[in-house]
Amino acid sequence: MEFFERFAVPNPTFTIYASMVAIALTMLAVVIGITYFRKWGYLWSEWLTTVDHKRIGIMYLISAILMLFRGGVDALMMRAQTAVPENTLLHAQEYNEVFTTHGVVMILFMAMAFIMALMNFVTPLQIGARDVAFPRLNALSFWLYFMGAMLFNISFVVGGSADAGWTSYFPLAGNEHSPHVGTNYYMLSIQIAGLGTLITGINFMVTILRMRAPGMTLMKMPMFTWTALITNMIIVFAFPVLTVALAMGTMDRLFGTHFFAINNGGMDMLWANFFWIWGHPEVYILVLPAFGIYSEIIPTFAGRNLYGYKSMVVSIVSISALSFVVWVHHFFTMGQGALVNSIFAISTMAIAIPTGVKIFNWLLTLWKGKIRFTTPMLYSIGFIPIFTIGGVTGVMLGMASADYQYHNTMFLVAHFHLVIIPGVVFALIAGMFYWWPKMFGFLLNERLGKASFWFIAIGVCVAFFPMFISGLDGQARRMYTYSEATGFGIWNMISFVGALMLAVGFVLIVYNIYYSTRYASRDISADPWDARSLEWATHSPVPEYNFAITPEVNSSEAFWDAKKKGHKLFKGEYKEIHMPSSSGVPFIMCCFFFLWGFALVFSMWITAIIATLGIFACMAHRSFEVDHGYHIPVDEIKRTEEKLGGAKK
Amino acid sequence: MKKKWALLSIIFLIATFLTGCEPLTVLDPKGPQAETTRDVIMISIWTMLFIVVVVFALLIYVLIKYRASNQSEDYEPPHIHGSKLIEGICVGVPIIIVIFLSVITVKSTYEVESTPKGFEDEEPLIIYVSSSEWKWHFSYPEENIETVNYLYIPTNRPIEFKLFSHGSIASFWVPQLAGQKYAMANMINTLHVAATVPGDYVGRNANFNGEGFAHQTFNVTAMEEDEFQEWVEEVHATADPITIDRFEELLEPGHLGQLTFTGTHLDFLPPPSTHHGASHGEDSEEHNEDHSSHDSHDDSGH
Repeated sequence: MEFFERFAVPNPTFTIYASMVAIALTMLAVVIGITYFRKWGYLWSEWLTTVDHKRIGIMYLISAILMLFRGGVDALMMRAQTAVPENTLLHAQEYNEVFTTHGVVMILFMAMAFIMALMNFVTPLQIGARDVAFPRLNALSFWLYFMGAMLFNISFVVGGSADAGWTSYFPLAGNEHSPHVGTNYYMLSIQIAGLGTLITGINFMVTILRMRAPGMTLMKMPMFTWTALITNMIIVFAFPVLTVALAMGTMDRLFGTHFFAINNGGMDMLWANFFWIWGHPEVYILVLPAFGIYSEIIPTFAGRNLYGYKSMVVSIVSISALSFVVWVHHFFTMGQGALVNSIFAISTMAIAIPTGVKIFNWLLTLWKGKIRFTTPMLYSIGFIPIFTIGGVTGVMLGMASADYQYHNTMFLVAHFHLVIIPGVVFALIAGMFYWWPKMFGFLLNERLGKASFWFIAIGVCVAFFPMFISGLDGQARRMYTYSEATGFGIWNMISFVGALMLAVGFVLIVYNIYYSTRYASRDISADPWDARSLEWATHSPVPEYNFAITPEVNSSEAFWDAKKKGHKLFKGEYKEIHMPSSSGVPFIMCCFFFLWGFALVFSMWITAIIATLGIFACMAHRSFEVDHGYHIPVDEIKRTEEKLGGAKK
Repeated sequence: MKKKWALLSIIFLIATFLTGCEPLTVLDPKGPQAETTRDVIMISIWTMLFIVVVVFALLIYVLIKYRASNQSEDYEPPHIHGSKLIEGICVGVPIIIVIFLSVITVKSTYEVESTPKGFEDEEPLIIYVSSSEWKWHFSYPEENIETVNYLYIPTNRPIEFKLFSHGSIASFWVPQLAGQKYAMANMINTLHVAATVPGDYVGRNANFNGEGFAHQTFNVTAMEEDEFQEWVEEVHATADPITIDRFEELLEPGHLGQLTFTGTHLDFLPPPSTHHGASHGEDSEEHNEDHSSHDSHDDSGH
């Protein structure tokens, strides 16, 4: 019995039992459905084993949307719980688990995955490449992320979720104060997903540096590719810190080491430092690609070139450098004294300068343009005012002395949501609407898209503006309840209404996907937005080899030049195309990773050893494998091109 | 366009709230440290409001003027390269604003980290503040008394809080007196405070530390010096002494009401010996000697 008791949830409630049943039923339905429609073979050969960057991007996209709803339900529960004083909807432990998983899921499993989705799909197309530099490693990255996310999510019904906050500060996250396995899940699932991200970082850095089309010098790369390059460089520098920190944290919890303990020489501050040396650049890993997306969408729908291309590049590079020297502002109140705080306050505020440059460049891109208000453009324009408010409150938080009053309060919560939601979520939705025709060959419905925008944009303001006030009134974050006498009630109630509006907006997006999949016209051109960069020069949906002939580029808006100035993108004849072959190994290896993580969470050493051997067996298999990919013959290329609406040359 | 105006009016609404609404706790200071932070916050709000208004005005202008429906069918937007002048303004103005805010930040950060203004010559009252799951222990070594979950302080006298923790990290925060600071297990942080107005103020732990976090609050009562002395004498006359056993009971995770003791737990359970965050010269070495020996704090909560 003792063996099974470990898997029990420490604080079982109705929600958890209901979720168990729901998960079991859903899985049963999926298995029966796939069997009934005889899709197991299709699923295996076309998706689970694929190494095509476009399909991997789409799998990231689906996972990200699922995680958006998982994190969103957490958010709704939090706002519902705090909507009125002394609420008893959730008890303290549930609330702690909910805000912890909300943070982890939204940042690491939603936003990161969504960015990976667009980066995977768009970047190789934008640089005129056939795939990423290491296609099989790309599949491994995705499955590592996916298994990490799944491992984190089953904690809800098996063993209990993490409850020490998404920052997991020690000693709170240590065994003594967090005795159940929730924090083990945190350490191991983020570790697994993080390894995937690190591999992606290396993969895309190499891809962008080595696989650009002829003529595309660094300063002729489209802005999204630029941000992808810088983002992946940040990943390569920042994620190893997380890997080490999580490994140390895991050892503290499983093997009784004392890296972050408060006795025997451990240092609890060390965790805070490690976490934020990774965590602050992580913010820019999220927001820089978002800036890249806006820099693609705004010029397209303003009908004008991006204003200040060079200063945009300079600003993303300087933001990335500054992102590594501000982490101490996350603990101004940890007692490092006025001098250190002053230095980090100034470096923090300095980030406002390149960010401000970008805002003004976008405004100047609209200037003298011919602005079309499509759904992606609405999100991009809505981003500017809301992000500006989020940004300036960030400068306010950066002022160390004032931060002593904002720190750990709802003011901070308001700030980072008003930065991350317009800065990242808006961009991802905008990017999804924008690149959707390229991914699936049809447009998402504009009416529903615009409706979702208004719900989300207004919902964000209604949900988070009141928090500035309740924060200045003394409401600390992460409080599961408060008394009526505090007067926080009214502000939290308004926030709850805003959260409901956000929920409606996100449901509308999913309904839009369903509706458009059923009813939208498939008869669209390859370039429905009259866009400017290279990905629009191939067909929609994109054939597996991307470009039949490698394009030649002469500016950052090569496709626009081809349309308007008669520049010839595709020269020469069709040639055989070399493609990488699919492989089931990444998927199988990541199943072993899942097992490995699960075994370690519950200290099942024998299973963990077996899983480790499995992982290494998969690596060994690869090293003995002889696989040079395959070639698509010229005839087949011709046939595909004709079928997709006339050969592109 | 409606949305832009709606947004703009919301901003103004918030600004009015922030400026017009005295009762917002952080903006209602009762001592010089909180006054400093209030002033910094207000300066930054006005500066930021200026930036927000400029960005909103520019955005609304370009969106109205250059929307497609406002232009002729054959209008072709020009290809514009950057202009040195405009980019200079876009970089220059933010730099000036950041320099302005940096000066204020550095000055005020040193201010809140040192003895409160106007009280530089006075001998500070030292109070050791320690956090345990989920309570606050206040030790007055000079007065030789200890309280749990409430704090009596004299007005118009500088107070030095020495913060540490018996377990996880907590954050000591009395918004009307000063900004918060962390209480951590292996070191002592110093928080300088002075109250100029007698009254009751709310204090709480602001850093999440587990299940009982929401209710880890305490009450601060600021009173005239003679009243404070009366209270001290009363405590000595009526309260029980604190003992090791009693204190270890108190450390058990859970909530307690307000308690009062004579003596302090610092005598048998010395605070950590390393000091942080004391940015002024007269770091309290003289209060240091009686707890130079200190074992690891594996006593936390158990």
